[in-house]
Amino acid sequence: MSNDQDQIPPISPPHASPDEERVGVYVCHCGSNIARTIAVEDVAVWAEQQEHVVVARDYKFMCSSLGQELIEQDIQAKGLSRVVVAACSPHMHERTFRGACQRAGLNPYLFEMANIRELTSWATDDREAATSKAKAQVKGAIERAVLQEPLEPLFVDINPNTLVVGGGIAGLTAALELADSGYHVYLVDRDSSIGGQMAKLDKTFPTLDCAACILTPKMVDAANHPNITLMTWSEVVAVDGFVGNFSVQVRHKPRYIIEDLCTGCGTCIEKCPSRVLDQHFEVGLGYHKAIDRNFPQAVPKYPVIDTTHCIYFQRGKCRACQVVCPTNAIDFTQKETFEQLEVGNIILATGYEQFDARRVPQYGYGRLANVFTSMEFERMVNAAGPTSGQVVLRDGVSAPQSVGIIHCVGSRDKNYNEYCSRACCMAALKFAHLVHERVPDAEVYNFYIDIRAAGKHYEEFYHRVLEEGTHFIRGRVAEVTDAARGPGEEGKLIIQAEDTLIGKQRRIPVDMVVLMVGMEARHDSRNVASTFGLGCDFEGWFTERHAKLDPVVTMTEGILIAGACQGPKAIPESVAQGSAAAARVAGLIGRRTIKLEPVRASIEAAACSGCRICNNVCPYHAIVFHEAIKISEVITALCQGCGACVAACPSAAITGAHFTREQVLSQIDGLLWDMQPGVLVLA
Amino acid sequence: MQYGYYPGCSLERNAGAYHDSTMAVAGVLGLQFTEVDDWNCCGATEFFSVHQMQAYALTGRNLALAADQFAPKAALPVIPVEAAETPQLVAPCSACYLNLSKVDRYLASSPELAAKVNTALDAGGLHYDPGSLRVRHLLDVVVNDAGYDAIAARVQRALTGLRVAPYYGCLVVRPGFQGQFDDPEYPTTLDKLMRVLGAKVVDFPLKAHCCGGHMTQISEDVALELLRRLLKNAAEYQADVIVTLCPMCQLNLDVFQSAVNRRFGTNFNLPVLFFTQLMGLAFGLAPERLGIGKEFVASRPALAKIGTSGEVEQERAVGKRAKRRNDQSLPMPYMPEEEER
Amino acid sequence: MSASKKPARGSVFFHEVVGATAVDPHLEACLQCGTCGGSCPSGNDMEHTPRTLFAMIAAGMRETVLRSNTPWYCVSCYYCTERCPQEVHITDVMYTLKRLAIKEGFSRQSSAAQAPAFSETFMEHVERYGRSFELGLITRYFLRHRPLDTVKIAPIGAGMLRRKRFDLTPRKIRQIDQLQAILARADELERSP
Repeated sequence: MSNDQDQIPPISPPHASPDEERVGVYVCHCGSNIARTIAVEDVAVWAEQQEHVVVARDYKFMCSSLGQELIEQDIQAKGLSRVVVAACSPHMHERTFRGACQRAGLNPYLFEMANIRELTSWATDDREAATSKAKAQVKGAIERAVLQEPLEPLFVDINPNTLVVGGGIAGLTAALELADSGYHVYLVDRDSSIGGQMAKLDKTFPTLDCAACILTPKMVDAANHPNITLMTWSEVVAVDGFVGNFSVQVRHKPRYIIEDLCTGCGTCIEKCPSRVLDQHFEVGLGYHKAIDRNFPQAVPKYPVIDTTHCIYFQRGKCRACQVVCPTNAIDFTQKETFEQLEVGNIILATGYEQFDARRVPQYGYGRLANVFTSMEFERMVNAAGPTSGQVVLRDGVSAPQSVGIIHCVGSRDKNYNEYCSRACCMAALKFAHLVHERVPDAEVYNFYIDIRAAGKHYEEFYHRVLEEGTHFIRGRVAEVTDAARGPGEEGKLIIQAEDTLIGKQRRIPVDMVVLMVGMEARHDSRNVASTFGLGCDFEGWFTERHAKLDPVVTMTEGILIAGACQGPKAIPESVAQGSAAAARVAGLIGRRTIKLEPVRASIEAAACSGCRICNNVCPYHAIVFHEAIKISEVITALCQGCGACVAACPSAAITGAHFTREQVLSQIDGLLWDMQPGVLVLA
Repeated sequence: MQYGYYPGCSLERNAGAYHDSTMAVAGVLGLQFTEVDDWNCCGATEFFSVHQMQAYALTGRNLALAADQFAPKAALPVIPVEAAETPQLVAPCSACYLNLSKVDRYLASSPELAAKVNTALDAGGLHYDPGSLRVRHLLDVVVNDAGYDAIAARVQRALTGLRVAPYYGCLVVRPGFQGQFDDPEYPTTLDKLMRVLGAKVVDFPLKAHCCGGHMTQISEDVALELLRRLLKNAAEYQADVIVTLCPMCQLNLDVFQSAVNRRFGTNFNLPVLFFTQLMGLAFGLAPERLGIGKEFVASRPALAKIGTSGEVEQERAVGKRAKRRNDQSLPMPYMPEEEER
Repeated sequence: MSASKKPARGSVFFHEVVGATAVDPHLEACLQCGTCGGSCPSGNDMEHTPRTLFAMIAAGMRETVLRSNTPWYCVSCYYCTERCPQEVHITDVMYTLKRLAIKEGFSRQSSAAQAPAFSETFMEHVERYGRSFELGLITRYFLRHRPLDTVKIAPIGAGMLRRKRFDLTPRKIRQIDQLQAILARADELERSP
């Protein structure tokens, strides 16, 4: 966006006939990325001989400032009226070269890019074929460029409100940053409380400060912030519009609590007779009531009725909560409601899910009582958890005298997830420390492939745990079993692994096993991605625009991502991304308007038959039908230039600017320049 | 249902009981097994250790013979060939099943290998196109094609009171060259089959561990220890009988049980039967037709428990929720398959 | 035959092993995590865990690897192959190492000296009759290679005969000539790939 040169008005030459256009062609080496496979000098020499072309050059890096200056000088010295650059993907540098054209006084839409890197040099090792294809691409670009028309960008106002989806630490950070900058934020969370996964944790590595102590103040800040509208127990169901002007439909699920009346006193929770396993917040290790909140410091403080376990909802009687509520805040008749929000930008911070340890049967989770997942262990060591912070076996009473911690469960494994989940090594080290702290005599074994302690003060924490006497066995665990081979193993869980540092198989009998389960994309991440119109990778993580340089922005303008919805992350990275996303949004809002591509459709009224086919085809609801004159019209600000209507119109009455029929057909002619006419064979 | 049937060398003699009971049970369930004509040995685990091309060619001959014999006959020329179902080849022996499915899969994945193997087969006037057969293990066909419901409907004498340790061994569930019909680590189809027959299925954590294969012939030290682990585990869960689906597993656990007892000073007395033998008994067939009595560790005392309560003095409560007053125990993880039981 | 698709990096021995395995075993992907060595039922009896062997293969330690008893203690249970996080076809590599060891004459010096003899005796019968002949296999194998252990195995043989679980004579397939022709051609192909 830094390339925008809005202040210099474009001074374009009057539109000449295509024959009079003066084209400059620039072929980029991209270091060796293109030049290794394509004879770039050859392409440039050939290009200069083509019709319309007055100058053709090749250059090491066209995107460098020197490369751009070449174009600018030629436009002015040689009077170029069109510019073609054969280089990388337009996603990468179209903006760069349009900026160069504009600086030299040429309308930026009189520029055409031929992608000879991703489409050609990276796709083959065949130098001859690649060079020939590059020429065809350049020819197509020239033929198209001469028919291009100068276009002026559209400017639309940016709605300064922002939607943040997900109230975990990443979303919470983003929301607070924006709110503190003076912008309004709608913070939507599908859970009954904000706080996300971090709210379940006890201590955080490597400093061991308590998660609640650092998280709950932020949760309260969000709830009390005048610039934040908190919407928990709510989900986004539909998104319309475009950057600067999104229209979002939010579904509020019924809590069966009148929030204005509820004081959060908790009497209803205490008196509710229905106690059920909490598979959600307590990950199956503890219980909650049919009316309850996730944890005592939940924000907001209002409980929610779990209708599948509420005796009133299941059998029509009970109403204990209603009877005891001092403020008559219980309302069994509540229905879901919908709300429409208008926002300029959206930040998705929808987080991750834990890998399901049942998928690795050889580790015995669910079969062997004293095998726990890492999140179960987190709840166990949490003072507010099911055991009030005591480390105990499944019997709820006995303290383990030995604990085996198994790394990489579901991670770094092609049978499950090939990637490293990043945070588990450090969490495992933290667990080792916590066992030593809570059960001073216990032996702790860490079974690992590699200890990944890359982070500030992480390696030092690893050393601290080493000094505390934790055993480290380098070997991925083969299996956990209760089938004892001899007296020393009876009644124990036996962890079998190769100790790779001595090259021997070992069986370590322990009382408790903790499985460090990896992170996975949320099971419905693909649906969420399609609702918001962004991409997912193979594993379901949201795709960023650029893995290194643009990690919080997506390919869809105005939709940003933060935290573990983009890939496994610990708290510090999630917070950094939340802040980064907020800064990007604040920067955009600060400009007040946004420049939109003028690539829009328009309908030639005289040719329109009023059939209305285009009305239904348009995914953006950008076409209106004038009943009185039986003609359809495109609302330019809503049109996204997708071209669906152009293709659908049976009367050929719709034109897509910058993609006119003539431009596209000429480009195809150019691409096929060396084919015999009439003998095109579709292989 | 029609199937090609590859018995393998073991079922001809040392596991004749498996063959007899398979045929008897197939008859009851309406599964029609037609033996591959003039089949040869699958090579077990031995050929691959010595001679790679011969190992592939040996099994290649069986596949070629079977594919030819069971090729869908074009009775109606209007039906396109693709519409005809791929003929199925059933193997009751785990090693035969593994070799047949492995060779078919590897030939499909490597055209280079397929060409070589066909060059060898050509010396005998044979040819095999990978994928022409679907290789399946007998247990898969019994539980998934005949089905638990049909089996339950034919039970005449439920195996009530018999405590069974279901033993899968290795090669049926691993590595699944033609897809896995059961979990490679903790399979359950045989457990469910035994429950359908009315037997009490004991927990048997080592049910997919190895019996040692040919190690009984090569290194008794290795083999007897592997067998001891299995027998100890089954005995701890108070099984009356170990049920198996592989001739090698049966042979090792049964024939070498006394050697284990001698070596380790134990007194295991666990009869080892094929799952088809127990199916036959439950279907009311005569024990003689099922080859019962050919085992080294006699099964009759154990089978006499059929019809009793099957209760044991103290159930080994490993990993199970203990229900007590003032129970402070933490809940066990939710396991979807618990619903089924 | 699978080695040709990959760049020729690594030790000569590494390529020998990969090339002698019919389907690419993905040996280069080994992370040295030890899942194979941990899973192996006979891992305690092996001189080297499978993982160690893979590191030695990468390092080109041909003779040490081919003299190791490890492949001969492989029981083909496929636990390692099933569990390997990198999908290395470990069991197939073990078969390849056995074949290479036999070819080099190393196998008889390892502590699993009996294993190749057993495999070879088994094969002799199959080549002659088309099917395995258990009584013949056990008799010949023990008499020829482990004469002192024959006393131990005799009662088992007697028990098998009494229960009619051993044939007294081999069963020969009808078209044994066809099978022998196929095996002979396979042998030629193996020798001149």
